Amino acid sequence: MLHQYKLNGYNIVLDTCSGAIHIVDEVIYDMIALWQEKDEETIMNEMLEKYSHRDDVTKEELILCCEDINGLIKAGKLFTPDTFEDKAGTFKERSGNVIKALCLHVAHTCNLNCSYCFASQGKYHGERAVMSFEVGKRALDFLIENSGTRRNLEVDFFGGEPLMNWDVVKDLVKYAREQEKIHNKNFRFTLTTNGMLIDDEVIEFSNKEMSNVVLSLDGRKEIHDLKRVDYAGNGSYERIVPKFQKFVKERGDKSYYMRGTFTHANPDFTKDILHMLDLGFTELSMEPVVCAPDDEAALTPEDIEIVKNEYEILANEMIRRYDEGRPFTFYHYMLDLTSGPCVYKRISGCGSGTEYMAVTPWGDLYPCHQFVGEEEYKLGDIYSGVTNDALREDFRSCNAYSREECKDCWAKLYCSGGCAANAYHASGSIRGIYEPGCELFKKRIECAIMIKAALDDDKRKK
Amino acid sequence: MERIKTLETRDLCESAVNGGCGECQTSCQSACKTSCGVANQVCENTEE
Repeated sequence: MLHQYKLNGYNIVLDTCSGAIHIVDEVIYDMIALWQEKDEETIMNEMLEKYSHRDDVTKEELILCCEDINGLIKAGKLFTPDTFEDKAGTFKERSGNVIKALCLHVAHTCNLNCSYCFASQGKYHGERAVMSFEVGKRALDFLIENSGTRRNLEVDFFGGEPLMNWDVVKDLVKYAREQEKIHNKNFRFTLTTNGMLIDDEVIEFSNKEMSNVVLSLDGRKEIHDLKRVDYAGNGSYERIVPKFQKFVKERGDKSYYMRGTFTHANPDFTKDILHMLDLGFTELSMEPVVCAPDDEAALTPEDIEIVKNEYEILANEMIRRYDEGRPFTFYHYMLDLTSGPCVYKRISGCGSGTEYMAVTPWGDLYPCHQFVGEEEYKLGDIYSGVTNDALREDFRSCNAYSREECKDCWAKLYCSGGCAANAYHASGSIRGIYEPGCELFKKRIECAIMIKAALDDDKRKK
Repeated sequence: MERIKTLETRDLCESAVNGGCGECQTSCQSACKTSCGVANQVCENTEE
């Protein structure tokens, strides 16, 4: 399976199943497009006609082009057949019931009242609650008990606003550090916060213990303050930005993301990215809002087209700043082409409901944070373990090949079949697809690959 | 003329041989929280 596209002056050929990426001239690009439909002689004749204005496109040259194409096919880098489907379910089967990541909902309450919050202001459509140390401790024990031979265990302190239960967070980190020595595990913690309660002590502790911090900022003040307001309706921008700047400055080279949400109010979200850069942040993530289609924040079909164009603008800005020696990171343009995930990871789906689960303040288990509050998606609890085996099996069977729409999609080895929660919210089934999400995802991958091509382009460097 | 430039990439077919250790980061944990993407993950298999 191939994907061919032209972007920013580059003719890109992606061989889906080998993962190979070729940047080609326009003649080869056209030849590859015809390769499986016509014989070599016919293709060469068509090229001679189409490029009759070019002196360098000769029969001799085209014979060499054919040799190049055949060489790539022989090397398993072009038209590689899709042989992964029968492997798609095997990784999760082999993993058994191993769990390696938990999203701990330490606070189902929030000190902001963001209108677009998928978690209904942190309450997840339920009552306000905070997790006790005892529940959190049991959750960590549950994770260790169910982690099998996995060494790296991920725990995300999430909410609501986790800093509203900060003492418990610190005690849980301390407990996990004791346990990891006993059980030969390595805990990686993440804190996701709106910033309101950040102080020097939070900064110092987090910069020591959290592998990653996710700091919620939507970009420009007027955009951020439109949705991210307190219960009196006041925007939070002025209060959080100085705290975030101090947090990041003192973080050194440890990982962080400024994580924004864009909505119908700002499909031109690149301006918000630029604003974050102006504030001194360089590790950035901006996500499309998750909400019902009739919500005023929802992206319209017109917005989707704007966003796709914005992704190109953003890609060009990244290249420009890279050349100027002031690079920045956009989460969705991070592609590790040489040492990225193996094909098992790429075809197995995100792990929600199997190796990854969310834990409520009272210890119930859900497939991921986005299913919390949907009663029919309760998997069990941290005391009895997973009791809804049918639901776990349903999530286990989600992979890059489990949806008809994905089978012929070139991007399936980049998205793993997509987000089950987005699919559920858009179609009513975790086996459905969220089509606008797919469209944006594909655009992001096209841009990310184009950036790799540009940064590898010696001519551009000169 | 340079007709084809192939970027250096991990061969996915070969990765099927020793892959699947399961130590890499869970896809949406720790960063985006609203979409699934695996391409930005880093392989943690030390035995390959």
